Amino acid sequence: MSARKAVPAKRRPLKNTHKKRKNLQWNMLLYIAGQTPKTVRALANLRRICDEHLAGLYSIEVIDLLVKPRLAKGAQILAVPTLVRHLPAPMRKIIGDMSNTEAVLVGLDLRKRG
Amino acid sequence: MVTRRKLALPSPLRKAPTGILRKALTGVPGFDEITGGGLPKGRCSLICGSAGTGKTLFAMHFLAYAARELNEPVVYFTFEETAEELAMNLASIGHDISSLVSKKKMLVEHVYLDRSEVIDGGEYDLDGLFVRLGAAIDQIGAKRLVLDTLEVLFASLPNEAILRAELRRLFRWLKDRGITTLITAERGQGALTRYGIEEYVSDCVVLLDHQVLDEITTRRLRVVKYRGSSHATNEFPFLIDDRGFSVFPIGIGLDHGASSERRSTGIERLDTIFGDRGYFKGSSILISGTAGTGKSTLSAWMASAACRRGERCLYFAFEESRDQIVRNMRSIGNDMAPFLQNGTLRILASRSSLHGLEMHLVTMANAIREFKPELVILDPISNFIAAGTTTEVKSMLTRLIDMLKHQEITGIFTSLTFGGSALELTETTISSLMDTWMMVRTYEHDGERNRGLMIVKSRGMRHSNQVREFIMNDKGIELVDVYLGSSGVLMGSARVDRGAREGQDKRGLTQEFEKRRRAIEHKRLATEAQIRVLQASLESDSAEMLQAQKASDERMADDDSTRQRIAAMRTADTLRSVRRNRRLARKESR
Repeated sequence: MSARKAVPAKRRPLKNTHKKRKNLQWNMLLYIAGQTPKTVRALANLRRICDEHLAGLYSIEVIDLLVKPRLAKGAQILAVPTLVRHLPAPMRKIIGDMSNTEAVLVGLDLRKRG
Repeated sequence: MVTRRKLALPSPLRKAPTGILRKALTGVPGFDEITGGGLPKGRCSLICGSAGTGKTLFAMHFLAYAARELNEPVVYFTFEETAEELAMNLASIGHDISSLVSKKKMLVEHVYLDRSEVIDGGEYDLDGLFVRLGAAIDQIGAKRLVLDTLEVLFASLPNEAILRAELRRLFRWLKDRGITTLITAERGQGALTRYGIEEYVSDCVVLLDHQVLDEITTRRLRVVKYRGSSHATNEFPFLIDDRGFSVFPIGIGLDHGASSERRSTGIERLDTIFGDRGYFKGSSILISGTAGTGKSTLSAWMASAACRRGERCLYFAFEESRDQIVRNMRSIGNDMAPFLQNGTLRILASRSSLHGLEMHLVTMANAIREFKPELVILDPISNFIAAGTTTEVKSMLTRLIDMLKHQEITGIFTSLTFGGSALELTETTISSLMDTWMMVRTYEHDGERNRGLMIVKSRGMRHSNQVREFIMNDKGIELVDVYLGSSGVLMGSARVDRGAREGQDKRGLTQEFEKRRRAIEHKRLATEAQIRVLQASLESDSAEMLQAQKASDERMADDDSTRQRIAAMRTADTLRSVRRNRRLARKESR
């Protein structure tokens, strides 16, 4: 299994992303530790939500910490699965199997918190 | 038969038999003695306490000792401070973390999770932390691990139920890997920790706290629980100073040796009092007395005497500063400055109210451990009453004396007796701890105060029972015999006066005798003269008598011849013929 499984997504040049709100790009990293039911569930849930709301605007990179354990330190990962949203800023961490759709939508800035 | 039971604290050096819990030395002075060898090896221990009780410091001691002394690589996971902050904070108390890190003996990792960044997206586990721990441990082959305030996770991660389950799994996992782990936690209300994690970490729990009594803080450490091992259960005072963390175990026991070597006090007459040879090495000496009786002077004098012999002396002053002592002692011809310079003498001055008794004890113990003196002076111990109760003072002194005796260090303790109270009363609480008790007291007589020194007791040696006058002048200390008589104890000028008077009396006596001798001589001469006069008169009398006799004889002869002439003239019988006639008549009558 490769360390980073690039999920194909329609990408636009990065420099354009902050010009317009409409052209925002969702860059996300999903940290997992091996293929567990939780991991599989998380990825499936995430894909479903993203495809529904962010079709063509997102990229998800899956990082398996069992393979690249040093990456956990830099990203300050404790819990898995953790989805780190780097863009749009500010950085957000969504922890869990993404079963809480409302929370994930808030985390992706697609819905106001609360 | 009664066997003596020792208050046995298992020696940390005793090797645990296989099958019995193995222990990991912490290197914290005192703690390893209390627990009989440190924390349980390969298991999780918890150290809890409220803010600022020294949890992090203890944990760092535990790691740094292993990394430096045992050559065991260690891992430190900090959840609160960054590695840089930690290094900076601990550098001030003598831990050079960065050098250990650069030697790959220690790995410090900062774990940080901001609650505001985190969104609860459902079920999770802590595999991320497991991976990081595993990676760090494997990277340097660590044997020990510290998780400094793991409970921070409760604040930054959602879903407490999952977190609890995960922590339980974490401890299990660490145990399985055989990592000796120490977890720190904040003290909670009514519980040992805020989130009750002592429930999961059940092998060893150490509690730190500080007690404030009369505005004086004492830090205390207690081993709440130690599964599979005996441990001391008392609250032990501990100290955090520039050398780090140290615990002072209570009660070392009465199994010390006793030296019969003697040491001079530096005052000849005082040595004489102690059977000519001074005090025992390693004994405890109490000098008590009222204010201004020269207790400090006496102890400083003994300190100088020890330094002159080349013995190291540690002087704890609780009333005067170092310079003040040196200046004052110079006034009686005791120059301590050279000893301070050549390092045989060290004076540590502090106020007794500066910190609690236990802290004093630990400070002194550390200073003694470091300086390795042969003579320790506490001047005065009565000031400690201000920092604790009599019982506490006694408990502290007992431990200090035990410690001194174990190392054959002589202890001199001065104690101030208050003017009003009975001289021997206040010391009764501590006098039983002392081998030798000198009492200096003042005697008031004829409008002056004079100092008198006596030995109340001195174990194991013949000693004088006589009160001596204790005199301090610019040449030093002198002990002088006092006058004890019907008029009481005479000291000072009364003693001098008495001495003078005695001289006078002696002179008077000789004069008197001389006078009487002369008078008798005179009388004798007079009598002799009289005898001569009488003799002369006797002689003249007898001469006169002879003359008179002669004269009378002559006269009688004259008379006879005259009568004979007359008789002849009258032709009367001569006397001779009369007598012849009478004789003839008597013959005829027969």
